[in-house]
Amino acid sequence: MIRVELPSPLQVLAGVPRQVTLDADVPATQRGVLDALEACYPALRGTLRDPATGRRRPFVRFFAELEDHSDDLPDDPLPAAVAAGEEPFVVLGAIAGG
Amino acid sequence: MGSVRVLVGTQKGAFVCTSDGARRTWEVQGPHFAGWEVYHCAGSPLEPDRIWASQSTSWFGQVVQRSDDGGRTWSTAGNAFAYEGTPGTHQWYDGSPRPWAFTRVWHLEPSPVDPDVIFAGVEDAALFRSDDGGGTWRELAGLRGHGTGPSWAPGAGGMCLHTVVVDPADPRRMAVAVSAAGVFRTEDGGDSWAPANRGLRSEHLPEPEAEVGHCVHKLAMHPDRPDTLFMQKHWDVMRSDDHGRSWTEISGDLPTDFGFAVDVHAHEPDTVYVAPITSDALHYPPDGCLRVYRSRSGGGEWEPLGTGLPDSGCYVNVLRDAMAVDRLDPCGVYLGTTGGQLYVSPDEGDHWSAVAEHLPRVLSVEVQTLS
Repeated sequence: MIRVELPSPLQVLAGVPRQVTLDADVPATQRGVLDALEACYPALRGTLRDPATGRRRPFVRFFAELEDHSDDLPDDPLPAAVAAGEEPFVVLGAIAGG
Repeated sequence: MGSVRVLVGTQKGAFVCTSDGARRTWEVQGPHFAGWEVYHCAGSPLEPDRIWASQSTSWFGQVVQRSDDGGRTWSTAGNAFAYEGTPGTHQWYDGSPRPWAFTRVWHLEPSPVDPDVIFAGVEDAALFRSDDGGGTWRELAGLRGHGTGPSWAPGAGGMCLHTVVVDPADPRRMAVAVSAAGVFRTEDGGDSWAPANRGLRSEHLPEPEAEVGHCVHKLAMHPDRPDTLFMQKHWDVMRSDDHGRSWTEISGDLPTDFGFAVDVHAHEPDTVYVAPITSDALHYPPDGCLRVYRSRSGGGEWEPLGTGLPDSGCYVNVLRDAMAVDRLDPCGVYLGTTGGQLYVSPDEGDHWSAVAEHLPRVLSVEVQTLS
């Protein structure tokens, strides 16, 4: 089981609570988690990654264990605590504006 | 007597306003999609309870929403807008080439003949079509590919395709407008396109009467007279009687011919409305006095309509999609402002009152006339 924490606008969009869980057989990589997240909650398709390029949207950030994993390669393994479901994979909307 | 449902897209969500045929008292529901920019909402003319909304933010991109119960409940539709083939480049503000990249849907135009068909005008400028009610989208790539695409450049708001006009008698005949490239028309449903800007003159262009490059702000058509198109250009109000093949200026005695919005009376194809804005530097009404201007002669001669609108101290803008008409008799006219006001005139523009005064910045207004 992998736990994913979503920002408020995406909770409302998908109709889910702050934290959702994905099946245990989800590949514990950024790509695996995001693919599984979109498969479970189709309303989130295209909101985290640009559909044309597959890249993370500039104002979306990924954290785990208080570390910024936004610029990790999509197929890098996530931290063991995230893969084990002990810590959430956190999706944040960056603070931008004035 | 009929009733109306007004779909309002704002900077921070969508609102649905309903009234009976008198259009005196209103119920305002919303915000739907709170916190998201809603550039446009539109309902099917064939199945009015089927409504689409374009929802986006800089954070999470584009979402398309669909309602099948008149806006009470919504579900996400398709949001994959992929340019066909290698997108190529257009011009950036400095003239350098820049790859086409999708940003958002500016305008949704449901088909007048098929409730499952809807068009989407997007930024960077392209036209998409869905044949399954918004589930999937395909680009009508002949528009960008007809030859002038690489020379298109953005207006101040981005390079958007903001207007789609479909001839209800022959839906294969369409006109679209791109800021700042101009008007393009097709007669074969979007396979082939040609520029339709003859007669436009834009002094800011190196070649003022260029084939493309004109900052067309909005087009309007009366469904009973599809050959006649009205245009609010960056400067100049224009008219075509040959479906865009040629244009003549009808600014006439307007106090300023700068503006964004234009629309046509529901029952009088020669009665036209515009909302003059001071200039391209001063995006508010002349002297802070909000007025709609009406021409009953197809342009040239205009009368100010202001009873019930602010006479002074009004420094808002009326954006390109923020004027609409209903199809009741007498025809109602609607106006949304960047100050969050939504005004209605139930009598063709003679008298106005506020439906709502404190909405977020109004980006678009559409009206559904219900039986």
